[in-house]
Amino acid sequence: MTTVLEPPSPEALTTAPADDTGLMRRPTEPQGVWSWITTVDHKRIGILYGVTAFIFFLAGGIEALLLRLQLAKPNGTVLGAAAYNEVFTMHGTTMVFLVVMPLSAAFFNFMMPLQIGARDVAFPRLNAFSYWAFLFGGLFLYSSFLLGGAPDGGWFGYAPNTSIVFSPGHGIDFWVFGLQILGIASTVSAVNFIVTMLNMRAPGMTLMRMPIFSWMTLISSFLILFAMPVITVALFLLAFDRNFGANFFNPAAGGDPVLWQHLFWIFGHPEVYILILPAMGMVSEVLPVFSRKPLFGYPVMVFSGIAIGFMGWGVWVHHMFSVGLGPVAVSAFSLSTMFIAVPTGVKIFNWIATTWKGSLKLSTPMLFAMGFVAMFTIGGLSGVTHAVAPHDRQQTDTYYVVAHFHYVLFGGALFGIMAGIYYWWPKIFGTMLNERLGKLNFWTWFLGFNMAFGPMHILGLQGMPRRIYTYDDSLGLNVWNMVSTVGAFIIAFSVSVFMFNIWHSHKRNRVQAPGDPWDARTLEWSISSPPPHYNFAEIPTVHALDEFWHRKYTEDDDGRPVRVAGSPGSEGDDAAHDDHGDDDHGHGIHMPSPSYFPLVAAFGLPVMGYGMVYGRSSGQSYVVVVLGALILLGGLFAWAMEPSAEPEEEGQEVIEPATDDQPALVTAGGEEPAPAPAPEESGS
Amino acid sequence: MTRAGRLRTLSTTVAAALLLVSCGDQELPQNALDPQGPVAQKLANLINPVFAVAAVVFVLVQGLVLYSALRFRRRSDDEAPRQVHGNAKMELGWTIAPALILLVISVFTVGTIADINRKAEGADVVSVNVTGHQWWWEFEYPDRGVVTANELHIPTGREVALRLTSDDVIHSFWPPKLAGKLDVIPGRANFMTLEADEPGTYFGQCAEFCGLSHADMRLRVVAHTPEDFDEWVRTNAAPAERPTEGEAGEGAALFRQKGCASCHTVNGYSAGELGPDLTHLQQRKVFAGATFDLNEQNLRVWLRDPPGEKPGSLMPNLELSEDEITKLIAYLETLK
Repeated sequence: MTTVLEPPSPEALTTAPADDTGLMRRPTEPQGVWSWITTVDHKRIGILYGVTAFIFFLAGGIEALLLRLQLAKPNGTVLGAAAYNEVFTMHGTTMVFLVVMPLSAAFFNFMMPLQIGARDVAFPRLNAFSYWAFLFGGLFLYSSFLLGGAPDGGWFGYAPNTSIVFSPGHGIDFWVFGLQILGIASTVSAVNFIVTMLNMRAPGMTLMRMPIFSWMTLISSFLILFAMPVITVALFLLAFDRNFGANFFNPAAGGDPVLWQHLFWIFGHPEVYILILPAMGMVSEVLPVFSRKPLFGYPVMVFSGIAIGFMGWGVWVHHMFSVGLGPVAVSAFSLSTMFIAVPTGVKIFNWIATTWKGSLKLSTPMLFAMGFVAMFTIGGLSGVTHAVAPHDRQQTDTYYVVAHFHYVLFGGALFGIMAGIYYWWPKIFGTMLNERLGKLNFWTWFLGFNMAFGPMHILGLQGMPRRIYTYDDSLGLNVWNMVSTVGAFIIAFSVSVFMFNIWHSHKRNRVQAPGDPWDARTLEWSISSPPPHYNFAEIPTVHALDEFWHRKYTEDDDGRPVRVAGSPGSEGDDAAHDDHGDDDHGHGIHMPSPSYFPLVAAFGLPVMGYGMVYGRSSGQSYVVVVLGALILLGGLFAWAMEPSAEPEEEGQEVIEPATDDQPALVTAGGEEPAPAPAPEESGS
Repeated sequence: MTRAGRLRTLSTTVAAALLLVSCGDQELPQNALDPQGPVAQKLANLINPVFAVAAVVFVLVQGLVLYSALRFRRRSDDEAPRQVHGNAKMELGWTIAPALILLVISVFTVGTIADINRKAEGADVVSVNVTGHQWWWEFEYPDRGVVTANELHIPTGREVALRLTSDDVIHSFWPPKLAGKLDVIPGRANFMTLEADEPGTYFGQCAEFCGLSHADMRLRVVAHTPEDFDEWVRTNAAPAERPTEGEAGEGAALFRQKGCASCHTVNGYSAGELGPDLTHLQQRKVFAGATFDLNEQNLRVWLRDPPGEKPGSLMPNLELSEDEITKLIAYLETLK
């Protein structure tokens, strides 16, 4: 289909966008680059998210190494002050918005629909739009390095340091509008996931039968939905201050810089749970499978997740204990912060109880999952010390805090995500990752992590503030800084082991993954690896939590698992894995068609962003904002005019969706609590 | 492998803890765990027991994880563990127990919060207005007619009431051995009490990211005996004497010609407001945000190119000749 290799010019789109059959033909390639660019398949979008986020992870990691090189010795000269401030700002912004969030989103995308027995998400094209907005937002942010300097106000961007008086360059503008674009991407995908989970679960899958990872996806999505608007508002206020001379955060004109801090942390604290809850979900999937036991206290795990989600909104002032808000506010938030440790502690004990008296197979995913429990506990304990406000007066804004949140976001989120990667890799790519390399990956990761971040607790308490590009020899901080830098490079080695493992497992020593390599519990393991593009030949009917496990095992009188004769995976059975995914013929399953327009619409966002950035210094550039808006609107209009699925061949019966973008064939699964009948058209 | 790895971590942690305890304060001038005054002591009184509780929980949880990993490893693929789905009583137990521990901690926390927020009062109290600037500290003693920079001088055994505000962005005032940190915010005034038990020099620095040279915004608190402090005040409240002859005299003239006077106050000679008051510069041990020791060599390097020494410094490179620098230093050395 070479005729459509040229995307239409924006002008063409904005002038005549409606006639999609006349102007541009629907993309139809099943393979190749264009099939990825136009894909609306949640699995492919998940892979795109994962690959993109991993590349940003490498960028953020290189930034981290530069920071550690600069701080390896006192009075370092690797980076100057200006470069250091840019690099630490971009490191934080990257790891939060371009790495951990999208890595979680990769798994939301790929796994959640499989776990709930759906064929796609509720709004497949919107899903593609989210991905492209995320990619463009990230590239937009990184383009600042080439366009006169990256943002240098920290990922928290405290006013008034980010005002044009103190930050006259364009770096902060890139940060403001880059985050706005990323916020759009996150909010849109949160809506998509929530609708998917509430409406498209397989028949019989009540909410309390939903796999725990999907539950954490749901909670996380709700947090994104409510947290992102807060940062959006804050960023708009800042943009008005910078672009149009408003004074929201300017104390000289009656504005209040502390307002920024409140807004930022009302977003920022739920954001922490947005980053950690998905990893908690992954670990809660891995521990039972590799312990051969169900998750201990599933309902309590669900409700503690919800409790964390709710309480996460009431603790933001613990980021501001040194602001001087007065004893009443500080006491109230001190208490609320302490008590959010309770549901978190419950989770830790339930995870340990899950492994207790189990049959623990210490494969790589399990090592990462148990590493998560151990390391996250340390982050949780140092978190409680922050909650004790007078305690915090000594350690806030020091390396002790840097240690704390790396134990939460690296020891927690990234350990959990690595567990998830090793666990689901066979499902996603149909290839087993090498175990020996995996174990080397884990142990170097574990060692490097503790060497890099453990000493930071000590450094902080010994008086090393955060965000300093240099420190003096006289402070006595030399030894631990050097240890930390060495640890950072061990982590870098570990990451290269991981990449080598991927290459080795795919190119050198490929082992085809069976559908269910780990003897797992949830529905994604009931289909082939990788899954066929329609996921389930027949939408499964769910009878229990851990549905797939219960198809394989029953319990004897002593409560021990016994194989069900003829069950999937038992001897002589290959029924579970016979539906290989290479053919979409013979099933009559009609999936949503690919589309150009999510990409086109998303492309309008960075164009608007550049217009806003340069509009501040030259008013004419605001014209570019209008151009970007036209691209966005044109893309959305063409998208709206395009049916969600094209008829594939004449005479085939196509069920038109009731609502826009709804995959036509999987709409009936979600009623609860009673199992709805399977959609009759799906398996014929 | 598991055992070795865990042991390694454990030994690292223990070694770290030991080093933390054993380090003398001579080597760690900003050690927050080495309180040298009643305010920092109140924080430490809370910090130490909280760390102890955390250590107990740490050992408990890590022990359970480690025990589970070692004890329940799969030895045969036929193992069929009992399928325990949960236990309401146990789960209730490990919900309530941490909540009770936290309840106890919270009582002491709230007590300490009330205590450290109490404003210093009484005739004995020394008042100081602290102003944060990018990137140096200004200390004004309103009752004593003294203005100085980067070094806060206080008497021992007396409460010092600091009123903190900022001239530009947000900073944070942190002398770790004497008190926890408190933000210094433009348009707001924050209040902080400080007290040192013994005479000595206590290190500190700005703890809130405040732009390019945040790392170079350091400070010293110098505690004197009350008698020495009164002497220090007497010296610093007096106007500077202006030299009229020799290199110093030419330096004084250059101080005006080159524009130094438009930013720096020298009591009795100039009234600039942007930079630090230099009236009794030689009373200080450090300059430029307490980043450099005050001596002839450092002043010379500094005057050649201030922004090169402290990135972003508002003091510009005045393109001074070596001769001019020599004269200016000669003048500055008279500011005793």
